[in-house]
Amino acid sequence: MKITQKDVEYIAHLSRLEVDETLVDKFAEQISSILQYIDKLKDADVSGAALMAGAALENNVFRQDEVKASPGPDVTLSNAPERHEDFYMVPRVVG
Amino acid sequence: MDLHELTIEQAKKGLEKKEFSSVDLVNAMLDRIDRLDGDIGAFITVDRDGAQNRAKEADIRISNGEASKLPLLGIPLALKDLLCTKGVKTTCASKILENFVPQYDATVVSMLKDAGAVIVGKTNLDEFAMGSSTENSGFHITKNPWNKEHVPGGSSGGSAAAVAARMCTAALGTDTGGSIRQPASHCGVVGIKPTYGRVSRYGLVSYASSLDQIGPITKDVTDSAILLNVICGHDPLDSTSANIETPDFTQAITKFKTDGLKGMKAGIPKEFLSLKGLDPDVEAAFNNSKKILQNLGVEMIEVSLPQTDYAVAAYYVIAPSEASSNLARFDGVRYGFRDRSADNIIDMYKKTKSKGFGAEVQRRIITGTYALSAGYYDAYYGRATRVRAMIRDDFDRAFESCDLIISPVAPTPAFKIGENVDDPLTMYLTDIFTLSTNMAGLPGISVPCSISSNGLPIGLQIMAKRFDEISLIKAGYGFEQSLGLKERFPNI
Repeated sequence: MKITQKDVEYIAHLSRLEVDETLVDKFAEQISSILQYIDKLKDADVSGAALMAGAALENNVFRQDEVKASPGPDVTLSNAPERHEDFYMVPRVVG
Repeated sequence: MDLHELTIEQAKKGLEKKEFSSVDLVNAMLDRIDRLDGDIGAFITVDRDGAQNRAKEADIRISNGEASKLPLLGIPLALKDLLCTKGVKTTCASKILENFVPQYDATVVSMLKDAGAVIVGKTNLDEFAMGSSTENSGFHITKNPWNKEHVPGGSSGGSAAAVAARMCTAALGTDTGGSIRQPASHCGVVGIKPTYGRVSRYGLVSYASSLDQIGPITKDVTDSAILLNVICGHDPLDSTSANIETPDFTQAITKFKTDGLKGMKAGIPKEFLSLKGLDPDVEAAFNNSKKILQNLGVEMIEVSLPQTDYAVAAYYVIAPSEASSNLARFDGVRYGFRDRSADNIIDMYKKTKSKGFGAEVQRRIITGTYALSAGYYDAYYGRATRVRAMIRDDFDRAFESCDLIISPVAPTPAFKIGENVDDPLTMYLTDIFTLSTNMAGLPGISVPCSISSNGLPIGLQIMAKRFDEISLIKAGYGFEQSLGLKERFPNI
């Protein structure tokens, strides 16, 4: 699979990235070569193989639904780039 | 013997006998760091004050007779900077987390502290563990202490270089596709990637959650067993943590001393040996390692891992897919860097991520997003997870006829700095021997087995069945003792 600069820009948008103009060309070339290599998966005979999403032991993990102490807003928000009272501040979301 | 040369086992004895104090030991490491790390670049953060205070506390506890209860009391360790440390910067070698100070310790960090360890600092890595050379760090590259023109391997290159240069007694790394074993091999130290679920990932910043595992990087096999005893165990804070008993891993060494390795069988995957690009020194070292194990009574058999040809391709779909989801959290809202020039939120996300993440991280996010996007999901992620199941089944079948599987760790000794930087695919292909164990969730160890003709270390990889680290340690220890490499550490 070969991808174009336009593809890179579109997938970057989906990933909420803004790839530097000077890198778009290089990325298209590098990601194309990675995807061309990955395309060999099409030759693998996976008929009958189950999906394997992870390597953990396959058992359900439950816990009691108990209220536990929380660290509180000051600790929780200590790394916030911008804070207003007990809230994270972000730029305008609507309109 | 100089204090920085001691293993955990030796340092512990010396501390208990009051031959030296923890403050002496920690200061010896801090002096080494001052003298050598400007050149090597193994550390991102050195917690000088924290380490000295903890060492003083350790000395008090030693004089109170607590040493026998606490396996790491007063021992200076380093941690890969992907593990959260309360009150100490945790950067993941990324500009996006340059000033991030966690509010809590990772479970493994709490366990080390509870065992009395002194954390001297946080080590360099490829940004968010994405890489095999530590050249992708957002801050600086780390050099191989054996030859500073070469990479230390990666992504736990800082931890491996710090142990090899004896700037800490031992360290922790993390391994998603070989990131403990490959740098351990390249730096001539021991590294273990435990079975998936053996060690809690709580507080480990996620790269590819279904593959990531924390493990020790140490001067010898005994020290790895000692560290595993401390860091393994069930943790309710990680739902993938296995709720099974943790054995005493040092018993494996006792077992070797009483039983040797007679009766054990080691499989050699025929597909590994037909791979192109194996360095002649690595091949010779591997053949010699086989002989050493045979002399110890290990029977060698041929096994088959038919999916080997697809392993790298499947891995480089699964790991970037998981990464594209995991790294979405670095959006400039709750922690880390935020670009302040944007006037709406989408623009803020984009500018924050693009300025905060380096090129390799962006490349993997884009590849992962592509593989997971509508229309491509089944062809890429879906197929890759099926190949993954087949890889696991291949190993299960192979392990029906053997106790261990052995292979080189990497196709070549450490390559030169800059050699593969512009060619990510070539870099990815160097992970061929290590990443299948992550796919299958198996444990693996890298033990030094030779020095190449140009003076660089080479490691032997031993893999075992799920949760059978005991066999790994037993065989690794036996191999290490029997080989008796003369040149164990770089002469610095």
